[in-house]
Amino acid sequence: MVKRKAFMFLFVALFALTSAANAKTLRWGFASDALTMDPHSQNESPTINMLRQVYGTLVKRTAGLKIIPDLATSWEAATPTTWIFNLRKGVKFHDGSAFTAEDVKFSLERAAHPSSDYKPYVNTITGIKIINKYKIKITTKAPDPILPSYFTYVFIMDKQWSEKQGVTAPANFKANEESYAVRNTNGTGPFILVSREPDLRTVFKRNPDYYDGRVKIDKLVYTPIKEASTRVAALLSNEIDFLNDPPVQDLARLKATRGIKVMSTPQIRTIFLGMDQSAKTLRSNPDLGKNPLADKRVREAMYRAIDAVAIQKKIMRGLSVPAGMITAPGVHGYDKNLDQRIPYSPKVAKRLLADAGYPNGFKIRLDCPNDRYINDEAICQAAVSMLARIGVRASLNAQPKSIHFKSLSNSESDFYMLGWGVATLDSEYVFRYLVHTRSPKIGAWNHANYSNSEIDALILSIQKEVDNKKRDKMIHKVWKTIGDDITYLPLHHQVINWAMSDKVNIPIQALNETYFYQATID
Amino acid sequence: MLKFFAIRIVQGAIVMLVVALVSFTLFRYLGDPVNSMVSEDATIEDRELIRESLGLNDPVIIQYFRFIGNVVKGELGLSFRTRSSVANLLAQRLPATLELSLVSALFALIFGIPMGVYTALKPRALLSKFTLVGSLIGISIPTFLSGLLFIYVFAVILGWLPSQGRGGLVDLGLWKTSLLTFEGWSYIIMPAITLGLFQLTLIMRMVRAEMLEVMRTDFIKFARARGLSNRMIEYRHALKNSLVPVVTVIGLQLGSVVAFAIITESVFNWPGLGQMFIQAISFVDIPVMSAYLMFVGAFFVALNLTVDILYFLIDPRLREQ
Repeated sequence: MVKRKAFMFLFVALFALTSAANAKTLRWGFASDALTMDPHSQNESPTINMLRQVYGTLVKRTAGLKIIPDLATSWEAATPTTWIFNLRKGVKFHDGSAFTAEDVKFSLERAAHPSSDYKPYVNTITGIKIINKYKIKITTKAPDPILPSYFTYVFIMDKQWSEKQGVTAPANFKANEESYAVRNTNGTGPFILVSREPDLRTVFKRNPDYYDGRVKIDKLVYTPIKEASTRVAALLSNEIDFLNDPPVQDLARLKATRGIKVMSTPQIRTIFLGMDQSAKTLRSNPDLGKNPLADKRVREAMYRAIDAVAIQKKIMRGLSVPAGMITAPGVHGYDKNLDQRIPYSPKVAKRLLADAGYPNGFKIRLDCPNDRYINDEAICQAAVSMLARIGVRASLNAQPKSIHFKSLSNSESDFYMLGWGVATLDSEYVFRYLVHTRSPKIGAWNHANYSNSEIDALILSIQKEVDNKKRDKMIHKVWKTIGDDITYLPLHHQVINWAMSDKVNIPIQALNETYFYQATID
Repeated sequence: MLKFFAIRIVQGAIVMLVVALVSFTLFRYLGDPVNSMVSEDATIEDRELIRESLGLNDPVIIQYFRFIGNVVKGELGLSFRTRSSVANLLAQRLPATLELSLVSALFALIFGIPMGVYTALKPRALLSKFTLVGSLIGISIPTFLSGLLFIYVFAVILGWLPSQGRGGLVDLGLWKTSLLTFEGWSYIIMPAITLGLFQLTLIMRMVRAEMLEVMRTDFIKFARARGLSNRMIEYRHALKNSLVPVVTVIGLQLGSVVAFAIITESVFNWPGLGQMFIQAISFVDIPVMSAYLMFVGAFFVALNLTVDILYFLIDPRLREQ
């Protein structure tokens, strides 16, 4: 009896697998689900990627990161502080209602609402004026040259629908009831949300009226699978077709498997170590009586002690690019000449340490996350043993990201690991968070406590400068100065890997966004 | 009897309060939920605002009483992570965990008891020795490893069973079950066996030990003297008497299976409570974590109460006291 039952299970399972292999369905797996389907509630990359399947934006990026029209067909800066956007005609939301300038105004205002997580992208806007149904004028309080790149993240909602469903503002943190927009959508994007079970399964169908080319996938099924080995097994056993975060250690095996291909591209995220340069003494070694990190010679010694190429080869299995600056190729203002590392040399490093008055080195604690970046803890372990060779005796404190980032924001770390991606693909985004002096409105992630009034002034003018030539010069100056000051110890740029059935064709994108509207299945 | 009940219920309530207090004290060391709730672009000012509006700046004891107050009112709040209702989340996840535990417990019972009896009655048979050695291996392989082995063999190499998830569901209104379709069973079978492997070994070994013990007692000798058949003695007399302690253990084990299926659930991406809890921890999702811990606490309190009452009913000596 038991045997017969078991046999029946197997038979049925086989049947289930073959029937699921519908040619036009793409089954997609990833570690973590979108946090919400509300377009302005969570500014987090998996959430943005999911929303992008359903919602349109005024402008968007190609897989090569160029800005192109989406819901706006053209745009121009009429004066340094006003932008005119001409909107696409004949676009319909998924429920059939027409898209007009009203919806744009509504969405931009919703994104600026206090409970929105997208405020930083719209907070320079002071006025939104509807000129006609398909033309809108946007005024900013000061010139904002990168407004269009912010708009690649501001999703456009239907005003009528939002009013009808009572979701004219993103859910407030104090709310007691679930907002309708958390599980329901009405966008203009390439896919229509069919069903949404958070953390379990999300199903989309093709939007037949999509305005930017015919979508070739009929059905998109998303399954979050947290456990890395389970994710890989699901791909190997043909239960999913596409995985945009295969674990690095399985890539070689996936490549060698018939029917599966792996794609890679440098990611817009750079991993580096930060050193608190303003503290009076080290928190992790108060007996020292002073802060060695305040001395540039010490920082340079630590830089020279770290062999980034060895980390690339031994820990990242070749899947990283050693970095000399803390932003990646593809970001505006990136300079290949500045992205050269100061040569690795423990000998010079030792001499520098001795010059600075630490011939025997010193003790310090290195704080690291262990679940945030690719192989984060292993990288830190390597850095610790490399630093030990010049006498800097670092103890490793690797913790889950929730604790690591808490201790950073509480200013409890002297020496820490951080990775930085650049949403706007402009250097200003790096400067604003990592370089400007830390204060309530700007410099939130500058835990190195680097503070240079000249650079601060430059950053503020970069934010306003509309003359590209002048602006690029200023950006270059900031990069040069913080490089010379050894503000951070850059390690490497991460690489994105995608693994998929070789029947799937999709352009890989450096922000890890999946353009399923351009995907095909053979 | 009533007094006994009342005392146990008061004790249960105290246990729950302590569970809540301990969990709240622990949450402080898990990290900062606000950091995962806002984008990295958020200013320091914004973060402070949210922390204040969630009441995270209040002393732990005030947060604790606020939580207790809400639970009494029947409000579990919204998840920090998904902003969806925690009560809904629990209701959605509970069927998956209960079904998984039930199937794995049945598996352990159906195989564990006969195997225990057999190894006790025929200790010298080759099959007995083989089973005992096999059970040692079963008990010493950690769950995540046996789970991955199953996935590798049955899903990746043979392609017979799906490697992860929960499919083939039938919606019964409040409860989505995977036990009514063959497809549903194809999803549940591997995680259930993985989860039940340890229980199976435990039950088998307990039944065997108890059986051996009972078979040596006088009343079995007298039964033999009465000329009863072997079958009658073994199953009517011996097995029945050896099952009493086994039932107690099974009851408590079921509790721990429900509460701690965490590893199996994450390996098989089984959408149960354990998986929800793991996700909540990595996000410091305090409302979900506290609701889960309260649920597990309540479950154990109820289970213990049931076991106590069963004792009361089964054992005449307790009633007379």
